Amino acid sequence: MPNTYTLISSNVLGSSAASVTFSSIPATFTDLVVRISGRTNVTGQATDNLELRFNGSSSSIYSITRLRGNGSTASSSANSGVTVINGLTAFDAADATSNTFSSLEIYVPSYLASQNKPVSLFSAQEDNNTTANVVVTAGLWRDTSAITSIYISSNSGGSFVSGSSFYLYGIKNS
Amino acid sequence: MTTAIEINCETGEVTERPLTADEIAANEAAAAQAAADALAAEEEATAKAAAKASAQAKLATLGLTADEVAALLG
Repeated sequence: MPNTYTLISSNVLGSSAASVTFSSIPATFTDLVVRISGRTNVTGQATDNLELRFNGSSSSIYSITRLRGNGSTASSSANSGVTVINGLTAFDAADATSNTFSSLEIYVPSYLASQNKPVSLFSAQEDNNTTANVVVTAGLWRDTSAITSIYISSNSGGSFVSGSSFYLYGIKNS
Repeated sequence: MTTAIEINCETGEVTERPLTADEIAANEAAAAQAAADALAAEEEATAKAAAKASAQAKLATLGLTADEVAALLG
C-alpha cells in the first residue's frame, strides 16, 4: 500500500493548449498519479473525450474498458488493439456550464515494471445539469518499457482552456 | 496559434511550441470525427425516444394505464 505522495511536476495553463505532456518522468517511484482539473473548448457539445498515450506510442497496443453513467442511463464498452486510451468521456467541453471544470485522476501502478502497464481512470464532469457524466475506465498499454512520458489531449481536436491544471505525483511503496 | 505544452519533469522546464502540420491535420480529422459521432449519437437518441413514444401510444390503445406503461418501459 503506498504511503507517500510526492509532487513531481505541475502546470496551470496560462493560455489554451492542445496537449500536455509530462516528459522525463523520474524512475524513482513505484506508482504514478495524474490529477487534472480542466475543460476543453470543443464547441457544440457539453462533454469532451480525452486521450492518453505513454512514451509517445501510437501503436495499436492499448485496450480500454469503460463504464459510464449520467444519472439516467448507464453504459459500458470496450476496445482492444487501439492506438490510444480514450475512455475519458466525462470532461467538460464548451457547452458545459460556464466556468465549471471537470476532475480526472489517472493511476498508473508499477510504471517501471517490465510488464504490460495497467492504468485506471476516474473522471467526473462538473456540469450543473441533470445529465452530467461520470466515467470509470480500465486501460492497458501492452508494452514492457518503463513509462517515461504521459501525453494528454482532447480526442475531439480541441484545446484545454486557460486555467486547466495538471499535476503529476509519484508514489513510493515504502 | 494552437500550441502543445511539454513539462520536463527532470528540469522543470515548460516548453510551449506550435503544433506541427501533422498534428494540426490530426486535430482537424479528430474534430470532424467528433462532430460526426455527436450527430450519430443525437440521431440514435431521437430514434429511441420516438420508438418509446410509439410503443407507449400503442400500449395505451390496448387499455394499459399510464402507470402500467411506465412500469413496463421504465
